[in-house]
Amino acid sequence: MRRVITVTVINQSGVLNRVTGLLMKRQFNIESITVGHTEQPGRSKMTFIVNIDDERKTEQLLKQLQKQIDVIKVHDITDKAIVMRELALVKVMSPPHARSEINSVIEPFRATVIDSGKNVVTYQVVGSSEKIEAFIDLVKPYGIKELSRTGVTAFTRENQKTPSQQLSILK
Amino acid sequence: MSAEVETKQAVMEKTQESTGEQQNIQPMDGSAVLIQGLKDQGVEVVFGYPGGAVLPIYDALYNNPIPHVLARHEQGAIHAAEGYARVSGKTGVVIATSGPGATNLVTGITDAMMDSLPLVIFTGQVATTVIGTDAFQEADIVGITTPITKHNYQVQDVADLPRIIKEAFHIASTGRRGPVLVDVPKNIATEIFVTEEERMAEVNLPGYQPTTTPNYLQIQKAVEALSTAKKPLILAGAGVLHGQAMEELKELVETKKIPVTNTLLGLGSIAGNHELFLGMAGMHGTYTANMAISECDVLLNVGARFDDRLTGNLNSFAKNAKVIHIDIDPAEIGKNVPTEIPIVADAKKALAALLLQDFEAPDTADWWNHLNEMTEEAPLWYNEDEHEILPQQAIQMIHEITEGNAIVTTDVGQHQMWAAQYYALNNPDHWVTSGGLGTMGFGFPAAIGAQIAKPNERVVAIVGDGGFQMTAQELSLLQEMRIPVKVVILNNGALGMVRQWQETFYDERYSQSLIPVQPDFVKLADAYGIKGYRITKKDDAEEIFREALLSDEPVLIDCRVKMKENVYPMIAPGKGLHEMIGVKSR
Repeated sequence: MRRVITVTVINQSGVLNRVTGLLMKRQFNIESITVGHTEQPGRSKMTFIVNIDDERKTEQLLKQLQKQIDVIKVHDITDKAIVMRELALVKVMSPPHARSEINSVIEPFRATVIDSGKNVVTYQVVGSSEKIEAFIDLVKPYGIKELSRTGVTAFTRENQKTPSQQLSILK
Repeated sequence: MSAEVETKQAVMEKTQESTGEQQNIQPMDGSAVLIQGLKDQGVEVVFGYPGGAVLPIYDALYNNPIPHVLARHEQGAIHAAEGYARVSGKTGVVIATSGPGATNLVTGITDAMMDSLPLVIFTGQVATTVIGTDAFQEADIVGITTPITKHNYQVQDVADLPRIIKEAFHIASTGRRGPVLVDVPKNIATEIFVTEEERMAEVNLPGYQPTTTPNYLQIQKAVEALSTAKKPLILAGAGVLHGQAMEELKELVETKKIPVTNTLLGLGSIAGNHELFLGMAGMHGTYTANMAISECDVLLNVGARFDDRLTGNLNSFAKNAKVIHIDIDPAEIGKNVPTEIPIVADAKKALAALLLQDFEAPDTADWWNHLNEMTEEAPLWYNEDEHEILPQQAIQMIHEITEGNAIVTTDVGQHQMWAAQYYALNNPDHWVTSGGLGTMGFGFPAAIGAQIAKPNERVVAIVGDGGFQMTAQELSLLQEMRIPVKVVILNNGALGMVRQWQETFYDERYSQSLIPVQPDFVKLADAYGIKGYRITKKDDAEEIFREALLSDEPVLIDCRVKMKENVYPMIAPGKGLHEMIGVKSR
């Protein structure tokens, strides 16, 4: 199962290495990882997506992360109401005669053109990973010249509809 | 070089003029701060080996000495520090140089991590100006040791050094203990440091707040489970020793008449000859202890991490039992064995909380009858009629002569298991062994550290001929420091446990496990200025052991034991605790 885990860390050199090293040592495969500063100085937040099947392994991962000295908070927010976004930059083959067609096709995705050349246009698209996948599928027939995705960043929504089950470490 | 020193002095004088006199601060360089930091932490002894990148620190040590043990290899230094930490309960301190000095510590660091021993390790590093250029003797020791330390640091600014030293000692010695490495670039060690503010900085680690006090509700659940159990069992691990919870354990066991077993590392947490002690559990544990785990209905694990050498096949491990797990490290609870009642706490506080509940003792009379019958039926055994010296007999002799009071250290392997089985310890903190990592070459240098920690105790290093040759150069220390460690080599001319497994599981194909050509260990001892003994005949053994072990001098005993002797009983890999082989029924 695809789990979304956020980790708040003290921002000092080597901390990313510690976290990813821990995951590697325990054979967790990271699907995506994003890191950036938070609203608090000296604190960064990582969001990563990991595929884990059983709950005990998830709990073990959370506990091992929590054990790191530089880690302040660990949350598994998979089962919560969350906002989750990923950004992709896609450079698509777009000769003048096809340009308006592409633009109309991608319109529902609210992608924006951020650069254009004679035969190529670069789009920026923001949304869930699924939306980005769909966008990529849609423009693929025109020819993708370059693609760059950021990975997912996320946090919980202010209003949680149903109380979600927490793992024991978080209780 | 002299220009550099002059500059340094000039800066120091200048700083003293500008800030020092008013505030009464002696300007210090990084190395002096480091040594002062060690003194502030109450460090009594450091183990180490000098080298280029760490010269400034050694120079500061010359000015402001702390007793230093100069091992003959960094691995010897760190194992000695581990032995010291294990026996004294204090944090062991190691200093090594950059590059090869640092990498030579890796085995010891991992060993300390696996067995939760508190160490603070200082490694020299090349100057910050050349870090990352593959400079002479540069190694990314912080990167190398990230997965094998509790935490590690590279000092980037001399002003951080006082705080880092405090944090390092705090992290190493609290919660679940472990090794912390501090990498000190050479220029940081010579940079001038003056602000008093940073020197006084308190430890503030928001991400590190170990839980030591048990949850009351969980304690109540544990009490309920224990008092209503028909077949309760306590599994006491090293956490009991680290938490100094021996008294509480004894009281719980005795007042509630609950049988107790030990992990390999938990040995000594209850006296080896206590009548309620079932012996060690696990791969080479006693039949009774392993059957007790298989059959118990409540298993109270105090400070053990359910290592695979203890549990055997997890599918059949304690399958009838409600598991209560007391551990200071929450990540250990539920890691290997599903746990009904988790108690995150220091072992001493958790057991004291249990005892405070003053609950009714469970009715264990039938359970005890059953366990006693098993012990009667299937005790530890060996063939007493052998004409060769059996290693088990040798250990029994050592036990008898030292009256169970010696500090015993071992490597990994057959000798380790026999020592665990046949040396019934009277005292806690008298058992120093490499459990988790299973490190050959550990026992002898660890004995040196143990002896330094407790100079008045008798320390016996029981080692194999294989492991001893990995760190034998530390014999120099016995002679130099007149450390009266007794080294007993149970010499079977083989890597015994490897040979045993090849005999049992590889159709007697002894690939590279036999060592027919040995050095003359007695002459080797002599070369180092140590008295050596050789035991070849069974009839002479006791007399020689007596003379050697009771001497006040360091000695080495080359005890030639039977090669094809196996450690029994045992659990084959993949099997459950109830499937022991080599059990002798009367």
